[in-house]
Amino acid sequence: MNSQRILHRLAPWALPILLLAVWQLSVSAGWLSTRILPAPSAVIAAGVHLVSSGEIWTHLAISGWRAGLGFVIGGGIGLALGFITGLSTWGERLLDSSVQMIRNVPHLALIPLVILWFGIDETAKIFLVALGTLFPIYLNTYHGIRNVDPALVEMARSYGLSGFSLFRQVILPGALPSILVGVRFALGFMWLTLIVAETISASSGIGYLAMNAREFLQTDVVVLAIVLYAVLGKLADLAARGLERVWLRWHPAYQVQKGGAA
Amino acid sequence: MTAQQPPRLLRGIPLAVRKLRKAFGAREVLREIDLHIPAGQFVAVVGRSGCGKSTLLRLLAGLDSASSGELLAGSAPLSEALEDTRLMFQEARLLPWKKIIDNVGLGLKGNWRPQALEALEAVGLAERADEWPAALSGGQKQRVALARALIHQPRLLLLDEPLGALDALTRIEMQQLIENLWRKHGFSVLLVTHDVSEAVAIADRVILIEDGEIGLDLHVELPRPRVRGSHRLAALETEVLNRVLSLPGTPPEPEPVSPLPTQLRWAQ
Repeated sequence: MNSQRILHRLAPWALPILLLAVWQLSVSAGWLSTRILPAPSAVIAAGVHLVSSGEIWTHLAISGWRAGLGFVIGGGIGLALGFITGLSTWGERLLDSSVQMIRNVPHLALIPLVILWFGIDETAKIFLVALGTLFPIYLNTYHGIRNVDPALVEMARSYGLSGFSLFRQVILPGALPSILVGVRFALGFMWLTLIVAETISASSGIGYLAMNAREFLQTDVVVLAIVLYAVLGKLADLAARGLERVWLRWHPAYQVQKGGAA
Repeated sequence: MTAQQPPRLLRGIPLAVRKLRKAFGAREVLREIDLHIPAGQFVAVVGRSGCGKSTLLRLLAGLDSASSGELLAGSAPLSEALEDTRLMFQEARLLPWKKIIDNVGLGLKGNWRPQALEALEAVGLAERADEWPAALSGGQKQRVALARALIHQPRLLLLDEPLGALDALTRIEMQQLIENLWRKHGFSVLLVTHDVSEAVAIADRVILIEDGEIGLDLHVELPRPRVRGSHRLAALETEVLNRVLSLPGTPPEPEPVSPLPTQLRWAQ
């Protein structure tokens, strides 16, 4: 019974490990040129080298800082706009259609303009990340507030709640599941935008690492950079799930199964 | 519990409804309702779907405003006694993101926890205080909603078919719980229900609303505790049912519901 549990745990990993093994084998057997794809072992070696030289941390730190700052600015503005349009009729009338129009412009299409405005320094990248994360959070905040059960709001009013206490105790928690969906979308856009922005123009960061390595045909570093982006994206997603676990623990869909439950 | 009458005159609100009229657009839901309810009386309101009984309750709870007419608590307008009025809805309407005890203490300030525990104790759910509402059954949720209403020590308790969605046994338990708490605290009760047998079993007085008017006003003068299934209850039930069925039913129009989501604002 126990061994079966272990088998179930391991089963999802079988295919990735098999693929890695085939990849490694085909490179070392010479079927696959290292100029096309380096061996997994070479990627790991490149990683070890970058870690031991300490270079990787400066790149990671600068990329993480750009992503984080852009997310905080864009997410903050999106949240604020969502609250305004969700909570007041006039806010919706004045703002919503404008925001929706801007939302339909692909923010990456603005790159030439952004470079003209800000040059190629940090501001341009942070601006792009902020723009990419603003709309998913705005939309989901607005949508979440709109979908708070009016029956609960009516009940809370009849129990004397109004103004900020109504917002804090009923509207915000009711909108939170939707807001967190927005956060997860935004985190995806955050990395996507950053990758594009960093590969176009940067003198540091993971994107720079990849582009620089490309010039010297270091495919192992290029692949390492891609893997790093994937890991960072996964970490961000895990963080968002963690928030859901904590903030939505009342929600039956997010309740951790108690151990031993069939 | 002793059969002695509690000091009801002090606790309950005496309710007077004068020439109450309510229209939604061109449709008149209530017309010329005149009603006097002495303090501490248990009144059941029955009627077909869409007869306006829920509308009456929403007007009394201050959730809607009347087109014309007066609602009085004693000699003052009922709107001044909103603090003393509590409404239990058809659904429990617990906030799923608050623990059960926090739901009971909703809107209270200061150190309300001991009181909330006491209220939960009264409905037999004190040991569930720290669980999420999602863990409760429908009947338990309604008991929490009852505790939430009682903690405010209401002088008028309005019940909008709170037992409608419960299974038969849970219903009877809840009826007895409500009856006991009413006898203990002596507030006035207005219970809207579809169930005529429930109405005659639990209430002092049964009011039938037909086409927005009071069609029947029946006092149930049977001693408590009443024996379910007794022939006197059955006779009363038949009397009310015959009256309800004597008029051909109009196809029920949808009841006017609470504001649409898009009309509902936090910053009204």
